[in-house]
Amino acid sequence: MLIGRVVGDLVATHKHPSHGGLKLLLVQPLNLDGTNRGDPVVAVESVDAGVGDHVLLATEGYSAMTTVNRPLSPTEAAVIGIIDEVELLPEYR
Amino acid sequence: MYLGRVVGRVWSSAKNESLTGRPMLIVQPVTPEGKPSGRRLVCTDWAGAGSGDLIYWARAREASFPFLPDEVVTDATIVAIVDQVHLGGTD
Repeated sequence: MLIGRVVGDLVATHKHPSHGGLKLLLVQPLNLDGTNRGDPVVAVESVDAGVGDHVLLATEGYSAMTTVNRPLSPTEAAVIGIIDEVELLPEYR
Repeated sequence: MYLGRVVGRVWSSAKNESLTGRPMLIVQPVTPEGKPSGRRLVCTDWAGAGSGDLIYWARAREASFPFLPDEVVTDATIVAIVDQVHLGGTD
């Protein structure tokens, strides 16, 4: 899982039926120092996260599909939690 | 899933039979601002996307799921055509 920040959302009328009724968020994956880790990804949403939230991002199919209860969906990214706090040992900050 | 823009198409005659009749499009990954970012790749197309369309695609084993019960040998598939991107969101 990665830590990310919700930076937006998107609308797609014509999409795979298994994505119907799901909120699609744009999530910017982050390094632990808060810098960007690659480009934003499209993730399905299951915890009512919104723009600006720091979130836990699953980046693999089984966990992503299970989160939104859509087995056999072409989905490999899901927001599965909202992060309150991250603690790191000083030497790893 | 990842944002991308359809920028081309691949034609192949001799290929795994599960790919017969399945369009294979060249996708340029883009940022939410629409800027190209990263290297282009070949995606099978579930959504019926065309040149220039903004899409999102899924990777890995999950990329073959839209074609079930056919077992299509693909690791990247276009699964939606994107109408609008909201940065900063609506909430």
